[in-house]
Amino acid sequence: MSDPGEFFHAEMTLRQKLWQINWGLVVIICATAVIGFAVLYSAANGSIYPWAARQMVRFSAGLAIMFTVALIDTRVWLRYAYLIYLGALALLAYVDVFGAVGRGAQRWIDLGAFNLQPSEVMKVALVLALARCFHAIRFEEIGRIRYLVWPLALVAAPAALVFRQPDLGTATMLVLAGGAMFFMAGVRFWKFGAVIAGALAMIPVAWHFLRDYQKQRILTFFDPESDPMGAGYHIIQSKIALGSGGIFGKGFLQGTQSHLNFVPEKQTDFVFTLLAEEFGIIGGLFLLALYLMLLIYGFAIAMRSRNQFGRLLAVGVTVTFFLYVFINIAMVMGLLPVVGVPLPLVSYGGTSMLTLLFGFGLLMGVYIHRDIGVDRSADAETL
Amino acid sequence: MYRDRSRYKMFTRRALMLSGGQAVLLSALATRMYYLQVIESARYQVLAEENRINLRLLLPSRGRIVDRFGVELAVNEKSYRVVIVSEQTKDVEETLDKLGAIISLSDYERRRVRHEIKRRRGFFPITVRENLVWEEVAKIEVNAPDLPGVMIDVGQSRRYPHAAAAAHLLGYVAAVSEAELTGEPLLALPEFRVGKDGIEKVHDLRLRGKAGASEVEVNAIGRAIRELARREGQPGDEVVLSIDMALQKFAYDRLGDESASVVVMDVHSGEVLALVSTPSFDPNAFTKGITTAYWRELTANLRAPLTNKAVTGQYAPGSAIKMVVALAALEGGILTPDHKVFCKGYIQLGNARFHCWKKHGHGHTDMYKGIQQSCDVFFYDVARRTGVDRIAAMAERFGLGQLLDIGLPGERRGLIPTRDWKLANKGVPWQLGETLIAGIGQGFVLSTPLQLAVMAARLANGGRAVKPTLVRSVRRAGEGKTADTGAEPPDFPEIKIGKASLEFITGAMNAVTNTPRGTAYRARIKEPGMAMAGKTGTSQVRRISMSERQSGLIKNKQKPWIERDHAVFVGFAPVHDPRYAVAVVVEHGGGGSKVAAPIARDVLLETQRRDPSGVSGPQRFARG
Repeated sequence: MSDPGEFFHAEMTLRQKLWQINWGLVVIICATAVIGFAVLYSAANGSIYPWAARQMVRFSAGLAIMFTVALIDTRVWLRYAYLIYLGALALLAYVDVFGAVGRGAQRWIDLGAFNLQPSEVMKVALVLALARCFHAIRFEEIGRIRYLVWPLALVAAPAALVFRQPDLGTATMLVLAGGAMFFMAGVRFWKFGAVIAGALAMIPVAWHFLRDYQKQRILTFFDPESDPMGAGYHIIQSKIALGSGGIFGKGFLQGTQSHLNFVPEKQTDFVFTLLAEEFGIIGGLFLLALYLMLLIYGFAIAMRSRNQFGRLLAVGVTVTFFLYVFINIAMVMGLLPVVGVPLPLVSYGGTSMLTLLFGFGLLMGVYIHRDIGVDRSADAETL
Repeated sequence: MYRDRSRYKMFTRRALMLSGGQAVLLSALATRMYYLQVIESARYQVLAEENRINLRLLLPSRGRIVDRFGVELAVNEKSYRVVIVSEQTKDVEETLDKLGAIISLSDYERRRVRHEIKRRRGFFPITVRENLVWEEVAKIEVNAPDLPGVMIDVGQSRRYPHAAAAAHLLGYVAAVSEAELTGEPLLALPEFRVGKDGIEKVHDLRLRGKAGASEVEVNAIGRAIRELARREGQPGDEVVLSIDMALQKFAYDRLGDESASVVVMDVHSGEVLALVSTPSFDPNAFTKGITTAYWRELTANLRAPLTNKAVTGQYAPGSAIKMVVALAALEGGILTPDHKVFCKGYIQLGNARFHCWKKHGHGHTDMYKGIQQSCDVFFYDVARRTGVDRIAAMAERFGLGQLLDIGLPGERRGLIPTRDWKLANKGVPWQLGETLIAGIGQGFVLSTPLQLAVMAARLANGGRAVKPTLVRSVRRAGEGKTADTGAEPPDFPEIKIGKASLEFITGAMNAVTNTPRGTAYRARIKEPGMAMAGKTGTSQVRRISMSERQSGLIKNKQKPWIERDHAVFVGFAPVHDPRYAVAVVVEHGGGGSKVAAPIARDVLLETQRRDPSGVSGPQRFARG
């Protein structure tokens, strides 16, 4: 690149854009998804039904969405960022009022074909909205607290709604992803320190708002053996399955703990357990390596983008993706309490797959449009 | 563009920090993975196997108990129960309706089944009814297509084909009690039964066999997925008894309603051929869990149906001990058979008067007559001259007052008193009057029917210390068809009694039954070659007071049952070549000659007709 001050202001043709698609990223995404198909095939005792087949269909649809999103000009996402955010917020409010009650939490909207989880949509919408928000704030202004009120509200509103569902995992993810974007936007360190101190002080109050089963999960996390047949069961069984996999694993389709249903939710949140039981630490580290490459791509793309919106968007998507990976794997290994966070691209589940691929679409879009100059005002049609 | 440049620098810096933080967290995950899957892997592999593999014990079948001819005394019988597997039927209620039409289920049973179904997983078989008769099983099998989820489960239960006749001997099995749990996993199985009495108890460990095991892979909710390995158990050993069940049954029937016991044994080998105690109980009732009503009936009965009187009942032998007293005198060189005593119906010792059973006395009485007619005055005199310690020493040589180790629970020792014994146990010196009483088998003297049979056997076999045995062999199931006869009986030591003395005594016993004045003449065996010799005994349960004697003796029949005398008889047959010894004790039966002797006669006659030792026993003791 020549001078970072010079922007490439011309419109790109579709052909130019296709040329710019980051195929390496696509290959890693596909490889990860294929691991997912294999594990789901095993989870069904060697059958593509009921999970693997549907997952393939969803992934294909997701890929199409990813490419579409990637090819749409970054400025379009900038323009509609708040609108998308408001839409997602409305959906969240809707499930809060009318949402189908499933598993003790109001999380889904039944669309007939599939259940839509607005909290998943919000993960991307919040990243878009925050990226636009910080994009509009000048570098000097970031130091002033009054400029932080608006973005804080952007995070707080959905986090509160999701927390009310109650979905502790997603609420935490929204807050952490938002925090990462604040950090990248240049908010001073001491402010983070103050917020963290404040949050710690709030823990007793927050505890009061938790549902009994959530409290139980957190207590169980600290001492799973206290209730081996009850709340601690999932963590213990998951660790047994993982540990018994050893270095090389029990072999594809040979996992006993998962197949005999000792491991709960083996096709969704605990899918990593099945992978690690059958393929051992080799399989687990391989998947971790794929995730690591995706994260490196994410940061690399963020660094390459020459507009603040793109950078923040790329970092937001990458951090969200990281949070999925970390929370899920740490949870199944007993490092974090059990919260409902799927393993990205591998766990069976429609909405998270679409959310993630939508996010990767945005990431690729940032790369494709990395040299596009974007005005501070999204509405400025000076381009 | 300055601002953007510094912003970009800051962005780059912070991106490095953020990605660095993420890298640290990811390495934490990798470390955790290493900890779980490499360092702790062995432990988790064990836990995983424990999770997955369920060891199920396979019940071994309990060993049979058979008599000397291979007749089954305790066997295992297939028992059928009907179970329902709720997940295999669409409508449990409808299936229960249909099943109820076949074996008529009560409301209570249906409620219990419904309750169990709710409590258990769908694949778990719920017992609807146990111990089905074959007809019910057949009906259910025929209707199987209409009864989805209904199955017949086959188990084993202990059965005693002869029920009460050998109940005390065999004992019974029942569910394991809390106190019997030793940690042995077999004992924890609900279907497992242990021996609670008799041979079943004494030989329980051999009869049990060894449990097999089946390693079953189970899933998280306990459903068996497949069998991984199976180790067959070993059935329990078979116990062969010396009993002749037909004789046992005969004796049992002969005793009828009496509270009595009979022991028949081979005088040479010591093999017990019959060991009966009445009244008895049905051991089959314990196998399936005894009902409270039946248990109450058994325990409330004054005649103690649960007690094996043959080995645990202790009675004053009465006159049946007189041979031992006579031998003590003869062998001690105190007296000769010619010793004479004049019996006027009583003997005076200081202020006390000791009566003969015959009010007006036997007149001049020698030892032969004393045994033949059971003169008490004669034996008061013999006992007084001989002394209680000599009598006790002789009694012990005949097996009285000691454990004979027949191998049945609760065998009692009886009691043969001595001077030392009295001083040690009662704290007062021995009285001469007590010697007199002991001389006619009363007072402190106690013996079990088994001991009396052994005494008779030792008199009959020429003075060998034969010991009673009940078990011929314990062998692996399926080995050998019937009891083999190859084993030589043990060579019992002599008890060192002079031949002349012994022949004199057995001759006098012959006179008891086979001479017109003998006390058991009316109960003699008339069949040629089968004649029996013996001795009657009548043991008082309570002392007869002076006032009672003066006002005339009360007839035994008029007393309440519990106060009536015990009737005792010991004997052997055939007289010319003794082979079988018998002892009969009828509690509160009255006179030995009237009640016990006829029973002994019938039993000995049947024994000789069947000749169980002759059929299968060694012939080496046959003498010309």
